[in-house]
Amino acid sequence: MILADDEKAMLDGSGGIAKQRAMELLVRYAQALGAERFVDTTNIAGVPGSSTLFLQDYFEEHAGDGSFEAVFSLYDLDAAEVMPVPKSGGNCCHLQGGLDLEHWAELGMSREAMEHQRADEAALERHGIRIMKTCTPYLAGNLPVRGEHCAWMESSAVVYCNSVIGARTNTEGRESTSAAMLTGKIPDWGFHRDQYRHATHLIQVEAPVETVMDWGMLGYFIGAAVEENIPVLSGAIRQADPLRHKHFGAAASSSGGVEMYHIVGVTPEAPDLEAALGSRKPLATIHYGAEERRRIYETLNANGHDPKVDYVMLGCPHASIDQFRDVARLLDGKKIRTQLWMFTSRAVKTVADISGFTKRIEDAGGVVMTDTCSAIARAVPPGTKVVALDSAKQTHYLPAMVGVEAWFGTTEDCINAALTGRWNGELK
Amino acid sequence: VIVLHGRGIVGGRAEGEALVTHETISGWGGIDPMTGTVIEIRHELRGQSFKDRVLVFPGAKGSSGWSNAFHMTRLTKSAPLAMVFNQMTTKIALGAVVTRVPAVTELDQDPLSIIESGDWVRVDGDAGTVEITKKRS
Repeated sequence: MILADDEKAMLDGSGGIAKQRAMELLVRYAQALGAERFVDTTNIAGVPGSSTLFLQDYFEEHAGDGSFEAVFSLYDLDAAEVMPVPKSGGNCCHLQGGLDLEHWAELGMSREAMEHQRADEAALERHGIRIMKTCTPYLAGNLPVRGEHCAWMESSAVVYCNSVIGARTNTEGRESTSAAMLTGKIPDWGFHRDQYRHATHLIQVEAPVETVMDWGMLGYFIGAAVEENIPVLSGAIRQADPLRHKHFGAAASSSGGVEMYHIVGVTPEAPDLEAALGSRKPLATIHYGAEERRRIYETLNANGHDPKVDYVMLGCPHASIDQFRDVARLLDGKKIRTQLWMFTSRAVKTVADISGFTKRIEDAGGVVMTDTCSAIARAVPPGTKVVALDSAKQTHYLPAMVGVEAWFGTTEDCINAALTGRWNGELK
Repeated sequence: VIVLHGRGIVGGRAEGEALVTHETISGWGGIDPMTGTVIEIRHELRGQSFKDRVLVFPGAKGSSGWSNAFHMTRLTKSAPLAMVFNQMTTKIALGAVVTRVPAVTELDQDPLSIIESGDWVRVDGDAGTVEITKKRS
């Protein structure tokens, strides 16, 4: 690898032992990738030092120390010793927690877990890391600019960052983001480089794509079809709002490994098809028509059998303020017959609170929670057998993770299920 | 014995029975890190564990929690003995590094068309080789 002077200095230990261990881990990672150098980054989103009770107990038992510093040293940096962790600079944020600090009991969490999270947050604050606690940092105050080098976790945020914003990040992991927070370095590989950002697969969209559900289905279809490749969409699609991009990208990065997509005439690096493809021919052309749309709808609902719905989960990825407006409007003055949890970031919840949306949802019987979601927390209301979801991503993960049946449909289908206790969704 | 040559990305040597899938694997949400079992619905390995086996697969997909999920299998002693894969991604590179098991990629022949579950596989992450002894049929 070609190392810059500041990188060599960190490797030599002149920045202290924690930076040295962080650089060592990044070098192992960069060499595995086959990267030749690092790129500087100050926009880093990860889950530094955060520990479940399992991790805390594990390190208490095996290293005699389950503190933030211990987890950061031994787990995040994969080091052999516990080190003092220096303060991070730049725009470093923490993306996720396992529980809502207010509604932890509803989530089935223990007081111990809640207090553990509070302690973790105090440690983050001491280390100069912003407590964002959301899978949608771009809706909560971390919005990069086009071309900015970032090091982000969270597949749905990564695909949004590359595709919609035109900033540059690979799908980083917990260990690489924590190391980057200390060093300001990440391997110069993949999406940091121009030639990696061109589309490889052409998707001809022939079925109409209008609703958020439509965008989720299209994303789910494309992820399965192109796996980790880069699709460019052409055809019957119009400019989408951030909410539709959010659901599309999240779905495509769940059924496959899509980290970037182009939409001709819409996304920043696709002024035309030629530019999106980097003047190359697509490896394959894939059609998405009425039949594919029907098939993907059936795939997403293959795990739904019992029409009696116990639980409606909204906010995957974390709900935008527009979704709060829509859900508040659909629930206005009514009472739900199922459980309904809606997940978002603390930033968006603050706006939803002062806009009156939270109260209208709560008055109907719903609960608004932050920081986590049912899949991350592995938490559904007690006795839940059947859930209704408006997110293809959550439909992909939740049934396998907590052993429930799931129906997938529009937000309106989900609210109808909450109001009647029955699933009546269908493909229109 | 068949020998494939490639690039080792994590050093060390290990051998054992192969567990082969032609489908990419999700880390977070796709495996149970407590047991090393694949849990993804519709995955051909659903219900099977890679613990103490040489995992042969196309690559990683899904959540950025991939490295964390495999890192956890190291702690729970449910990690695969070694990894042999085709498609390089940041998820798998970081995941292999922190799982600390020998890992080899960029092989001169497609391991997925040569190795079958149950074959005995010896992985050398320093030399970048994969040695296969076919199971008796």
